[in-house]
Amino acid sequence: MNDRLKETPSQTAGPYVHIGTAPQAIGRPALPHQPGPVIESNTGEAIVIEGLIRDGSGTPVRDAMLEIWQADGMGRVGEYGLFARATTDFDTGIFRFQTVRPGQHAEGHAPHVAMLIFARGINIHLHTRMYFPEDRETLTKDPDMRRLEPEAVATLVAAEDGKTEDGLPLYRFDIRLQGENETVFFDI
Amino acid sequence: MTTAFYRRDRSQQPLPLSPGYKSTVLRAPVRPLHALEQTVLEQTGPALGHTPLGPLDHDLIRNAATTGDALGERIYVFGRVLDENARPVPNALIEVWQANAAGRYAHVRDGYLAPLDPNFSGCGRCLSDAEGRYLFRTIKPGPYPWPNNGSDWRPAHIHLSVFGEAFSQRLITQLYFEGDPLIPLCPIVNTIPDKDAVDRLVARLDLRNQEPFDCLAYRFDIVLRGRRQTHFENRTEGL
Repeated sequence: MNDRLKETPSQTAGPYVHIGTAPQAIGRPALPHQPGPVIESNTGEAIVIEGLIRDGSGTPVRDAMLEIWQADGMGRVGEYGLFARATTDFDTGIFRFQTVRPGQHAEGHAPHVAMLIFARGINIHLHTRMYFPEDRETLTKDPDMRRLEPEAVATLVAAEDGKTEDGLPLYRFDIRLQGENETVFFDI
Repeated sequence: MTTAFYRRDRSQQPLPLSPGYKSTVLRAPVRPLHALEQTVLEQTGPALGHTPLGPLDHDLIRNAATTGDALGERIYVFGRVLDENARPVPNALIEVWQANAAGRYAHVRDGYLAPLDPNFSGCGRCLSDAEGRYLFRTIKPGPYPWPNNGSDWRPAHIHLSVFGEAFSQRLITQLYFEGDPLIPLCPIVNTIPDKDAVDRLVARLDLRNQEPFDCLAYRFDIVLRGRRQTHFENRTEGL
């Protein structure tokens, strides 16, 4: 144990995170192979996730960067796992991902999208999950959810929000950093 | 097969709520984090470090140059990416961003009066090699003022975003430079309560690795979370 190294401390990504991670957000071309907000995969049904991050006063966070990591449509992770990155809009605060509906990657665990949030004022990234409203009934049996109050679980469930202009199922997932209906953040 | 990572040692990390850094006051969660066992989802991650990068991606002095090299103190930043077990992490993707030598970011939202450098974008990236070694070349960024408690000043720093081999290892941080008197005065640095942990964010001058008559060198090692030893490998999931 004593010869273990200590993890490098995190520091905030700050308000200029776009320069290094999402240059397209500030009018520059993305670098080749740099992850963006759209996942192309033929393993499942294409869906869109949209949402807003609000701070403790209810104000939208307009300078955040988010990353998602999930199983593919067949429930496979590892080399088949799907990753994307988005930033919140400078005016509206809306973030938007296009991905595929994840399959179940572990026995008894409801399908979900893992999500990290980086921003000014967030000293170490926040880790949350988005679950699907179709699974609301079985979610209470999920081993990761059973120690949470129902109101807390509810902060992790997206809402069906119709279809996008391209006809894709649209899910709305709002995140509350602090205060009433504060989103559950994990230590995993 | 995948094995679990050690739980994150939060004593080495910044406090989420640090009132000296005002932006944390409305953005830090109040409820405690909810601890979960990892699944294979968190124990694996995107293979972003397996795609070759452009030849100038690691060279911020040249990668946005139009009329000549970027202005400023020419430096290498180099080191190793290791895990908590002191094993090298190969194929780590390190994305960096920074202000120019005058302390100005090439970003639409930065209104600091210091000038932009037309030959510098402040964006770069590199991969660690089989021994975990990485290197980029840049100019030393300048300190700059920011509105926090009146005009606070950030020490010179470079932002680093690191992907190891698993989602659990994800890290974004900032490196500082040895000898900078602004480090102990910075409210963002001081979100980290452990002084030894702060010290591990300070890159060290390494004269022996300079490029003579060209470029100074600073050494900065990065440590990502490590996996539990293999004798835990066959324990039952979910216990």
